[in-house]
Order: sequence, then structure tokens, then C-alpha cells
Amino acid sequence: MTEALLLPPEAAGPGASFAMRTEGLSAYFGETRAVHDVTLDFPANEVTAIIGPSGCGKSTFLRCLNRMHETLPLTRVEGRVLFHGQDIYADGVDPISLRRHVGMVFQRPTPFPTMSIRDNVAAGLRVQPGPKPSRARVDEIVERALREAALWDEVKDRLNSSATGISGGQQQRVCIARALATSPHVLLLDEPTASLDPISTQKVEELVYELRKTMTVIIVTHNMQQAARVSDRTAFMLSGDMVEVAPTGVMFTAPSDPRTEAYITGRFG
Amino acid sequence: MIADRVYQTTLVVFALCVPILLLLIFAEVGRAGWPALRQFGFGFLTSSTWDPVKGQFGAAPAIVGTILTSIIALLLATPLALGGAIFLSEFSPTWLRQPLSFFIDLLAAVPSVVFGLWGVFFLVPLLRTTIMPLLRDTLHLGATPFFSGPAYGPSVLAAGLILAIMVLPYIAAVSREVLMAVPRSQREAALALGATRWEAITGAVIPYARTGIFGGVILGLGRALGETMAVTMVIGNRHELSASLLAPGYTMASLIANEFAEATTDAHLSALMAVGFVLFVITLIVNAIARWLVWRVGGEVRA
Amino acid sequence: MSAIASAHGAYARPRARGLARRHGVSILMVTLTCLAAALAVVPLVAILGYLLKQGAGALSIGFFTHMPRPVGEEGGGMANAILGTLMLIGIASAVGLPVGIGAGLYLAEQRGTKLANAVRFLADVLNGLPSIVMGIFAWQFLVRPFGHFSALAGGAAIGAMMIPLVTRTTEEMVRTVPQSLREAALALGYPRWRTSLQIVLRTALGGIVTGVLVAVARVAGETAPLLFTALGNQFWSTKLTQPIAALPLQIFTYAISPYDDWHAQAWAGALVLIALVLVISVIARFVTRGGHAGGHD
Repeated sequence: MTEALLLPPEAAGPGASFAMRTEGLSAYFGETRAVHDVTLDFPANEVTAIIGPSGCGKSTFLRCLNRMHETLPLTRVEGRVLFHGQDIYADGVDPISLRRHVGMVFQRPTPFPTMSIRDNVAAGLRVQPGPKPSRARVDEIVERALREAALWDEVKDRLNSSATGISGGQQQRVCIARALATSPHVLLLDEPTASLDPISTQKVEELVYELRKTMTVIIVTHNMQQAARVSDRTAFMLSGDMVEVAPTGVMFTAPSDPRTEAYITGRFG
Repeated sequence: MIADRVYQTTLVVFALCVPILLLLIFAEVGRAGWPALRQFGFGFLTSSTWDPVKGQFGAAPAIVGTILTSIIALLLATPLALGGAIFLSEFSPTWLRQPLSFFIDLLAAVPSVVFGLWGVFFLVPLLRTTIMPLLRDTLHLGATPFFSGPAYGPSVLAAGLILAIMVLPYIAAVSREVLMAVPRSQREAALALGATRWEAITGAVIPYARTGIFGGVILGLGRALGETMAVTMVIGNRHELSASLLAPGYTMASLIANEFAEATTDAHLSALMAVGFVLFVITLIVNAIARWLVWRVGGEVRA
Repeated sequence: MSAIASAHGAYARPRARGLARRHGVSILMVTLTCLAAALAVVPLVAILGYLLKQGAGALSIGFFTHMPRPVGEEGGGMANAILGTLMLIGIASAVGLPVGIGAGLYLAEQRGTKLANAVRFLADVLNGLPSIVMGIFAWQFLVRPFGHFSALAGGAAIGAMMIPLVTRTTEEMVRTVPQSLREAALALGYPRWRTSLQIVLRTALGGIVTGVLVAVARVAGETAPLLFTALGNQFWSTKLTQPIAALPLQIFTYAISPYDDWHAQAWAGALVLIALVLVISVIARFVTRGGHAGGHD
């Protein structure tokens, strides 16, 4: 097992301007194919949104990007996924080390209930390779991550209280801070505002928009307006196929594929 | 990852301890009891001669006593436990439910030896002075073989009574859980047809929970069969096959508890081990049946 | 009109009578079941009450600090038995907890596999094993080959009895931890073993502790497995390879003796034992009711 993914973006091979790229990616649940042969680029330092109706495979696709799909039983992946030029599904690649460079935020807030807010945010630091950071360094990182998640001011006085004692929107931002604390190169967001109130949703969207400066963001959402607000490029998936991908402005005003147009204009969804 | 592999293997090792332990018990107790079983064959189970001096061992009184005391216990405990469970799940006001269940369950936490102590100094004298004369003479049940003969106190009846108190919480807990697991829609359907509350219970709820309740009763049986200390303190410890409930007797568990420390000959020891083996096998089967019954209904056995 | 009216009346009356009877039966059964529930509590109250009455008299500070005295002498106690019980609980936990928690984790994580189903079933079967059978097994396996009784053998015997209880509650509690928590940890780069131990187990720990307490309470009162393993000891002993006293054993010995002094001591011992068991049980229940430490979603 090689710790194969510590290359900084600049030093990667061909395709270095893409943070991630899938080539012919298919994902299976048992015999059922949920993602069909998808080839897609994710340019560095851009926000790419993936939209589509329920069950079209967008979450499954996303979970292939950090090898979370395979944590479920009876699953299979075909094709290649390049992370800074290296295929993450190649033999000898350790999925755990991949996940330390690719962060993920889930649909529902999942703070660790037995840990304080501070420990939650620092949770990812515990499994990073290398020497353990000092307590002061950890506190610095926690503050930085909470500021990036636009939550610092709200919780700075109760970092040691339980992470379950705050509102759902705040919990989700703790989860985002937790993902940001390890300075991932790519951040995967799976419908991050689906269970949040409108104000929290707005805060998260503003956050996503700002994050492009330091990392690449891929966000799955069933909310087209959200995709239009935060993303640079949008991809539309339908029944496991990647139908169309285009700059966001173009996608929502002049889509090329009739199926895209039908979805966007609300004829189905 | 190596650490993952180590973790998985460790867990499997711990999990395997359970079947291995059971197998070990079966093998060791069986091995130690085999000489006696081989020597007496089927007669071990049917003969009532238990003479350590002459080397004659027949466990029939103990086996019969075990079954008899357990049946008495179930007959007394089941109506009470079931009735209480029905009350708790169907009629009880919400505020009463938790505390009352709690108290009934607490009975299961009382150690066997404490039951025995209470039995020796309270129940047995009470039986001797009041209840047994009542049954035998005042109610004239002494005319039947079941309540005839001298009534010193320590007896099959005493053991049955104490066992009834001891298995009550188990039957009640399981019954309560399976009754409460019956979907509300079942009760409502019956009520909508014009049934009274009681008719809804007997007609819809209990039949639905029937298997689980039966499983709870069998679970209680399993407990009663294996109970040692309380029984040994009140049953009188006599190798005797008597029809009378007022007479002393023996159970397999109390036989072992009573004589094991004094067993000097290999034959005696082997015979006691053989009794243990028979008890083991019987409770194994009964508990397996109980588990299967309760599992079928989906109720979890908490007791 | 009158013919119809009277026909109506003929139908109405028997049905009304039948309905009243059915309602009456229903009310009767409510009363009877209420009575049954009340009666079910009576034995507990009776026993505890009698225990208090008999035992309070013999209970004193001396009971906890003095050793057993020969018959006729004043001021005996059960200090050695109390210590013995605590030591035996310690040994039992050392045996029962790792196996129980490990097996419980296995059952929760490998749900549905044939081995897991078999182990779960057998754990329940083991739970119903008569304690006397465990006792003679422990004697055959841990006493006979070594030629002497020991605290270790006794502790191991009751430790084995703890295993099924701890396994079941561990499995149940680990199962209450939502899958999403596990996924969140995996997505952060936690390896599986750390996810299970540092995240999942830690989340379920409150409930597991409750289960352990319940198992300890049940096992602290066991006598039969100790009869031929720990044996009991009239003297103060902390040696693991020697016989050791225990509360239930001492109570039993004193109860069946012919001496009134010792009977009184038995009552006091029973009071202490039941207080110990009940306090642990009550704490365990309130820890659970006070809120799972387990994951809410």
C-alpha cells in the first residue's frame, strides 16, 4: 500500500489543471448499474455543480470520487478517476490516504455526539500522517476552519460544549469546518443544505462561493437555483448518464440537450 | 490495512469464544458424567435408587422433582404475569407504566440465595403452620394423593412457590414487550368492529402476540429448571418419588448443589456430573425453543 | 307502526342486555389484571420488608469491618466476604468484558452473516445455562486439574456468565449508532478499526456501560457457580489462587447452619447484598433513561 497521493497540484502529470477527472466511470450496486460510463473534468479552483432528478446517480457518482461507494456491501466501480493525474482506483492506492486529501460533507449534519465542537472540528487532524500537532497548533487550525465555515463568531465561546447542543444549521457548518480543517484539495458536498433552514442555507452557499479560492469544490444538489447561484460549471445527470456539462450561465439559459432543457424548465424533476 | 486485519481477527476470536465455551461445557461435563451414564444406561433416568454407599445411582426423583416444581411455578406465575403484562400494556395509565414495570422487573434482580433465605425463615414456617394445614385439612384436599401425608414445611410445594415468584418477572417482561409491540391498528380494527376493550384484547391482541407470550413462558420454564439456591434451601433434599406436593423432594440442580461437596467416590462424582449433563441438555433445548419462539415475533428478550 | 315499534323493541332489548354483559366482563377483566399487576409487586415488597426487619438489627459498622467470629461470640462481620465479592466481580469483568464487548461489536458489524447469526443464537442459549452447570464445569476445568479451589476459578465462572448479557447489550447499543456517523468518520480518512473503536464504540459507550452494570448486578448475587470454585473462606484472603469468601456463599452457609447468631448475620449479609444489587440496577436504569450517549440524528 503506497501513500501515493501527497503530490501537490502543481507537480502532477498531464491534466494538472484539472483537480479531478473521471474516465468511463461506472458504479454498480450488485448487478444494477447506477452510474453509466461517465467522463467528466473538474477544473481546479472552480465550483462544479451536479444536478439531476432523484435517483439519477449523482450522489453515487460523488461518492466514487473519494472511494466511499465501496464502503457499502456488494458494490463495484469500473473506470478511472484521476486525482492530480493519478488513478485513485489503481492497485496499491490506499483509499484512506485519499480521503485525507478529499473532504466530504453529507446531506444531514453528522457531528460526533460524544465530542465537543472543538474536538469535532479537530477530528480529522487526528488521522493525518506525520507528527501530531501541538495543542496550540490544533487550536489555530480549529479557529481557521471555523472562520472559513462562517461559524467562529457564533461558537467561539463554547468550543468545549457538546456539538449536539447547537442548531442543525450550525451543526452542518461544524461538519464543514471539520472537513476544511485538514485543508483538502477537493471538497465534495452531497446536498449539504437539504436539511437546513433558509438562513443557514444562504450562509453555506456564500461559503461555497468563497472556497473556490483555496480548493476545488464539487457540489451535488437537487436545487437548481442553488446550482445557478454558487457554481461555475454545471453537469446534468439523468438515470446514471452524464447528459450535459457546461458553464453555469450557458447551462441554465441555452442548454444543448433537450433532456436538460426539459429538466431545467421543470417539466419533470 | 494491517491494523484493520488485526481488529477484525480479534473480534472474530472473541465472538468465537461463545460457541467454544458452550462446546467445552458440553464436552467436559459430558465426559465426566459418561462413566455413570454408561454404567446405568437408560436406568439412570428411570431408577429412583440413589445410594452412594452401594454405588447405585438413579436420578428419577430429581428429574421428576425438577419437572414438577417447574410446572407448579409456571401454573402459578403465568396467570399473574400475563395479567399484569396485559394491564401494563392495555389498561395502565401512562404515568404508572414505567414505575410499575420497573418494580416487577426489579424482582428479577433479587439474588437466588436471598429468595432462599426468605423461603427458609418465612415461607416454609408459614406453609407448615398455616397454608399446608389449610390445604390438607380445612379444604380437605388431603383426601387426594397430592396433598396427603406429613407436612413439615420443606417441600415440592415450597419450591414451586418460590420458583413461581422467581420466574414471574421474566414472563411478565417478555409478555409486556410483545404485547406492546402489537400494532395499534390491530386493536383499532377490533374496536371498530364493535368489540369491547377486553374482547379486542382476547380477540386481536393476544392472538397476534401469542407466539411471543408462549416463548416468554418457555423462557420462564428454562429459568425454573435451572434454579439452584432457593430451591435447595426449601425443598427438603430427599430422594423420594412422592405424589404429594407437601412432601420433600429433589431437583437436579439442588441435588448437585447438595451432594457435590461431599462426593468422595469417583462413581458418586460421575453420577452427579451425569445429572448436570442431563440438566444442561434439557435447559439447552428449552431455551433454544424459547429463543426461537420469541425471535419469530420479533420481540427482544431483555430479562 | 306499533308492530314495527314492538319488533324493534324485541331486537333492541336482548342486544342491550348482551352488550351490558360484555361491558361488565370487560370491566371485570380490567380489575383482575390490575390486581394481577399489583400482586406481582407484592413479593418484592414482602421480601424487602422482611429483609429490612430481620437484617437491620444485625447490621452495624462492625459488619463491614469485622471478620466472621465463631458461634457465640459477639460482633462478627463479613468483611472478608464483601472484599471477596468485590474481587470476584473484578476477575469476572476481566474475563467477561473483553469477550462480551468484542463479540457484541462483531455481531453488530457483521450482522446477517451466518457466523454472526449462529453466535447470537448461542449467546442467548448460554444466557439460559443453569448456574450450577457452570459451576460444575468450572470445577472440572479450572479446579480439578490444579488440585485446589481458587478465586480465579470462581471469578472465571461468573465472568463466563456475564458474557451473554454484555454481548447482547453491546450489540444493541452499537446498532443504535447511525450509519451516517460511521460514514462521516470514513470520509475524514479514519481507517475502519479506528472508526469502530474511536467513533462508534465511543458513541455507544453509555449504553454499553449500562449493560455492563446490569450484568455485574446479576452476577454479584450468584452463588451456585462459586460453591465448588471459590469455595468460601473464613479468613481474610486476597490470594487469587486460594479459596475466597463471597457474600452469597457466606449467606448460604450461615442460613443453613443451626445457629441463631449466624442466622442474624445471614440476614444482614442479605441486606447488604441486595442493597448492592439494587443500587447498581437502579443506577444502570437511570443512566439509560437520562439519555443515550448514542447518536441522535
